[in-house]
Amino acid sequence: MTFETVIQSIFTSLFLVSVIRISTPIIFPALGSLVSVKAGASNKALEGLMLVGAFTGVMVSAYTGNVWLAVLCGMVVAVLISALLAIFHLYLGTDLFIGSLAVNMMCSGGTTFLMYIITGDKGNTGNLASLSVPNVHIPFIKDIPFIGEVLSGHNVFTYLAFFLTFVIYIFLYRTRYGVSLRAVGENPEAATSLGINVKRVRMTALIISGVLSSLGGMNLSMAYLQMFARDMSAGRGWIGLASVSLGGKKPLGTMLAAVLFGFSDAIANQFGSLDIPAQLVTMIPYATTIIALVVYAIQQRRAILSRMKKFQKENEEQLKGAPEKSE
Amino acid sequence: MRPLIDLINIDKVYDNGVVANNGVNFSVKKGEIHALVGENGAGKSTLMKILYGMEKPTEGEIWVNGEQKHFNSSTDAIAATIGMVHQNFMLVPSFTVAENVVLGDEPRKNGLIDRDAVLNITKDLSDQFGLFVQPDAIVNSINVGMRQRVEILKTLYRKAEILILDEPTAVLTPQETDDLFIAIRILVKQGKTVIFITHKLREVKEISDRVTVMRHGKMIGTLDTKDVSREQMANMMVGREVFLDIKKPKIKRGEKRMRVKNLSYVSEIGRQLLRNVNFNLYAGEILGIAGVEGNGQTELVEVLTGLKPAAGGTVLIGDCNILESTPREIRLRKIAHIPEDRLSNGVAVRSTIEENIIVDRYFQKPYRNGLFINRKVVKTECENLIEKFSILTPNGKLPVSSLSGGNMQKVVVAREFSSEPEVLIASQPTRGIDVGSTEFIREQLVEIRSKGTAILLVSADLSEVMSVSDRIVALYEGEITGVFPDASKVSEKELGLYMLGVKQQTYEEMEKYL
Repeated sequence: MTFETVIQSIFTSLFLVSVIRISTPIIFPALGSLVSVKAGASNKALEGLMLVGAFTGVMVSAYTGNVWLAVLCGMVVAVLISALLAIFHLYLGTDLFIGSLAVNMMCSGGTTFLMYIITGDKGNTGNLASLSVPNVHIPFIKDIPFIGEVLSGHNVFTYLAFFLTFVIYIFLYRTRYGVSLRAVGENPEAATSLGINVKRVRMTALIISGVLSSLGGMNLSMAYLQMFARDMSAGRGWIGLASVSLGGKKPLGTMLAAVLFGFSDAIANQFGSLDIPAQLVTMIPYATTIIALVVYAIQQRRAILSRMKKFQKENEEQLKGAPEKSE
Repeated sequence: MRPLIDLINIDKVYDNGVVANNGVNFSVKKGEIHALVGENGAGKSTLMKILYGMEKPTEGEIWVNGEQKHFNSSTDAIAATIGMVHQNFMLVPSFTVAENVVLGDEPRKNGLIDRDAVLNITKDLSDQFGLFVQPDAIVNSINVGMRQRVEILKTLYRKAEILILDEPTAVLTPQETDDLFIAIRILVKQGKTVIFITHKLREVKEISDRVTVMRHGKMIGTLDTKDVSREQMANMMVGREVFLDIKKPKIKRGEKRMRVKNLSYVSEIGRQLLRNVNFNLYAGEILGIAGVEGNGQTELVEVLTGLKPAAGGTVLIGDCNILESTPREIRLRKIAHIPEDRLSNGVAVRSTIEENIIVDRYFQKPYRNGLFINRKVVKTECENLIEKFSILTPNGKLPVSSLSGGNMQKVVVAREFSSEPEVLIASQPTRGIDVGSTEFIREQLVEIRSKGTAILLVSADLSEVMSVSDRIVALYEGEITGVFPDASKVSEKELGLYMLGVKQQTYEEMEKYL
């Protein structure tokens, strides 16, 4: 493949479809991270929670044949694990970051271990007949050329991810509980003085972030692929965490940042067909982010310094003028 | 008539053994403004935390409106119509004024927060009680006075009838204080009762109907304000004669220690906060900066101590421009700094008293022994300082957070003074601390000045600037508007005109005195 064909392929509906497809499993943990960050208890166990969600979903669907029951079970397991993390952090005084790391390692090791016990395979569950969630073809829109191809025909999780962005916005900014949650994150003392139970709110936030992460995980194992693979979250939880900061800690911004990461990932995939080492290509989204943040920071600094200099200049002129006045 | 609030025989002993309240009886009548005064650490705040449900008394009874109460949290106190405005505000900075007022109890429509109602409720409350606020302004962007009014509105929204104001004027400018007093009078006229904690005796006289004095955790007495003079109150508070005037030996000032030339500073958002400031500091002289708060004093101190970069100018110590230096390099040149905000810059609250005292010198001999800190030296040194500066603590191994405000400040002063500075930059050295500690710190300032230290004194308390300083400059909008070579020969009124920019000396007039 030549460079031109790669560039051409970017301007196709197929490419946009892949951007949406790749973004979805980042949006879920990103929203989860957002809720926990807003409550002042940043959940960093998103990776682990994605893995247990993905694993549980595959297992339950394979053995019960009920895909929705599988999704429900995946969420329930995530609730239990994030509640455990919350109790350790809030009531037993564990540092949240250390606790999160423990959960991540436990989930990574635990899912691999259980997979080996159950299927005899340490790599993936390809030999299990697990299910995937259905795709949705939106009436009318699916028939519009190009737009229909891009917007219609995605799996349930994809639509859910974008819909949840909106739901999280309403929750955080328009409901009493959400507003309290943000208050807890910004000034826990103030919240306490108004009778808001800080620990309970943070517990809820951590559980919500766990559930959202598990949805991201199931998106990977029950839509993106149709099996569980060892450590299949592959850093998406961490990218979700970064999306929150990049998105200015706002729901819409977070979602857009996640899509930006998805976009760079998709481009990396396209470039993968060129004769460039794969490792270099997969670096693209991360390198882009770092460069963007550095440029932004440098610009900010420059702006401040130039403003200072400008004022200083005006000042010197004033000083030169001063003795003349008094003469 | 039965008092609205009756606290009977309140004892409070903290887990660490500190007795904060000892058999305190305190009662408040409906509709009065009741001042509660006492030195820092006298137990006023503890008593009010008990009334507001934040602390449980070890012994004693709380009666509100003829009913005995057992508060488990402030929620219970709020339900009993008690509201409290804390000294450090309890606001959410990124929320609007209105969102803060209704926080936790927002009006709803169809399950969602009714944003229009949020704004209207705030506006109505604001109108009803004459507490002007902008309901849709973000708290981050409003000034301290308005933040305080938001706090008061918060309590009123929760139907408070009894308002506890914890040192409300400590953070206010004189103008804002006047506004607050007007608001308090309106509140009382509408049937509210106000408990006003302070240690500014002038304010007690001005605003309160009755006054209760506390000392060392005990109640000394409750009196009608009109029957008691400021001197009497001061004596009740400290239990001895207070010298509001300072004895200052006349000495001749020495050589120039610090030369500030054309110093300018521009804030990150482009506001020019210092404009070509010129002055010299001399050995053995206290130079006071007189100015209404927010006219560049904070920035001046932070630039001189290396905490903020200057936009232009030079600050010379000998021949060296210290604007290029880091804070530690500046300190090593024997420039000491008492920062304005003791809690965030003066001490590390969770560290011990000892650690706070050696933090500027642990890396030097004799405090260092090879790679390690020489604990023995640290211990004896700190014990000496604790005694010399009469810091009230059982030992130096306790965290600074266990001390009252006045004693915390003494830790800062002990550190800065014991480094034997050649130049001392003291910013608000006595803000928010009790009369006894204030007097002590002022005396210490005069003492090291007499021993030859050059001192720059910045204080929001004009009487402090006038009584402690030898020479005064007035600062207005980041510019020096006047210099007064003999502090004892200028009147408060005259100084005020320069502080408010009404009068201004020309540079030629000032030059030889700067």
